[in-house]
Amino acid sequence: MSEKVKQPGVLAIGFARGILEIKQFMRQRESVVFTLLFPILLLFIFGAVFNDEIAPGVTFSQYFVAGMIASGLVNTGFQQLAITIPMERDDGTLKRLRGTPAPTASYFIGKVILVFVSMIIQVGLLLAFGVALYGISLPTTADKWITLTWVMFLGITSSTILGIAFSVVPKSGRGASAVVSPIVIILQFFSGVFFVFTQLPTWMQNFAALFPLKWLTQGVRSVFLPDSFAAQEVAKSWEHGRTALVLTAWLVAGFAIAIKTFRWERR
Amino acid sequence: MSNAIAVRALTKSYRNGKGARIDAVKGIDLEVATGEIFALLGPNGAGKTSTIEILEGYRKRDGGELSVLGEDPARTNLPAWRNRVGIVLQSTKDAADLSVVEILTHFAKYYSHPRDVDEVIAAVGLQEKRNARGEHLSGGQRRRLDVALGIIGNPELLFLDEPTTGFDPEARRSFWDLIRSLRKNGTTILMSTHYLDEAEALADRVAVMNHGVIVDCATPEKLGGRDREKVNVRWRENGALHHELTDTPTHLVRELAARIPGEIPELTMVRPTLEEIYLQMIGGQA
Repeated sequence: MSEKVKQPGVLAIGFARGILEIKQFMRQRESVVFTLLFPILLLFIFGAVFNDEIAPGVTFSQYFVAGMIASGLVNTGFQQLAITIPMERDDGTLKRLRGTPAPTASYFIGKVILVFVSMIIQVGLLLAFGVALYGISLPTTADKWITLTWVMFLGITSSTILGIAFSVVPKSGRGASAVVSPIVIILQFFSGVFFVFTQLPTWMQNFAALFPLKWLTQGVRSVFLPDSFAAQEVAKSWEHGRTALVLTAWLVAGFAIAIKTFRWERR
Repeated sequence: MSNAIAVRALTKSYRNGKGARIDAVKGIDLEVATGEIFALLGPNGAGKTSTIEILEGYRKRDGGELSVLGEDPARTNLPAWRNRVGIVLQSTKDAADLSVVEILTHFAKYYSHPRDVDEVIAAVGLQEKRNARGEHLSGGQRRRLDVALGIIGNPELLFLDEPTTGFDPEARRSFWDLIRSLRKNGTTILMSTHYLDEAEALADRVAVMNHGVIVDCATPEKLGGRDREKVNVRWRENGALHHELTDTPTHLVRELAARIPGEIPELTMVRPTLEEIYLQMIGGQA
């Protein structure tokens, strides 16, 4: 039986999975509403409560929009995957997939597509509200668009990979949310989303600097806030080099861990 | 290439929660011919699922040799091999938010020579549920969808793990017809089941597993020496009920016919059922 048959490729199957994942995601109305509208709701609340200037020409709402966009990367990638993959492990999705010729990489490609699409929608909504109500302006220079592109790219990929890596931690799909959500919320408090980062205690800043979210918020701020604000950051600069380095390190580490530890079946 | 599956001296052990070694499979030999329906019977914990999951490429074995469709699942290029194999797992509840036709159309994209989606839907009798989502299917319909997903890739070999658990009798009968029609098309089928009537109705050969070993392997008629067991003959004579265990029931009935004029009252001849033989083989536990 050495007859060579042409099987569908990794990318073709991965793309088909991406379409299917988006279709399934859109059918879960609660999660669509929660994932896409919750950040907007938060924006309204924080925008209404804190509307002072935190630096000349920069309001807290603007600072907060940048933080929420960065958080969106963590929510749609890390949080969503670290919760839904254990659920798929419980309900047999993963075991069934593993019994088919679909390559493992195709499953991950499908997840990346899902995260990418929901991220684009979420960022689009946040930006639309930020521009319309809180004086955020879209970047006008090529430089800033390039920065936005690589920050988003590194953010989405590392967040997705880390979500896949972390999916082995929750013992069951039912308990996953209770394990994953507090981590994300604490990181949001520590990383300059809900509070201005430089006003946090130093130990909190140092702790947050170990994780990607702090660097993502800073990277997104460098795109949407005036360049003069760089002087207000901890290092008196946007630290693009270090941001890229930290995110890449997390991406590589997450990839190595995900490949080694990914589980198809419940223990 | 007459054997779809050949297993020699297969072993597998696990560590339980306390770190103790549990020998789940203790050196079994097994051959399944191409085109045959082969049933694996045994109580829970007998090692059936471990054995089948090793054959399916889900688990690694500890020892022994294995050939499934001419390849060793632990060493082969898995996607190419899985292209020729269909797997129906024990009950699942995935893809609840997709319709029957959507999920089958999607899975068809994984294979080099998939079957036609509507043809498969018809084969499993889900035409009326074509556009129903997974969450709106009954248990039996859900199982039919599982089988449809198992055969969408047009497999040479199909694994069925306890396919009819939870079915009502009518659903089981029509499910059996489906399995027979697959065999007619040349698919080799390895199934595990708890139901002896199912094994008897479908299987060309049956293996009984218990405590990690194969106790016997034969056609359903010959399992456990069933064909050579004594026959219990009962009849009424002079108002009293008689019964006799005999190797020569025909001879006995001839004698009775000569002795008793007309019909022999309440005559029955009973061979042990597959279930009785099975319970005997696994030591009364089931």
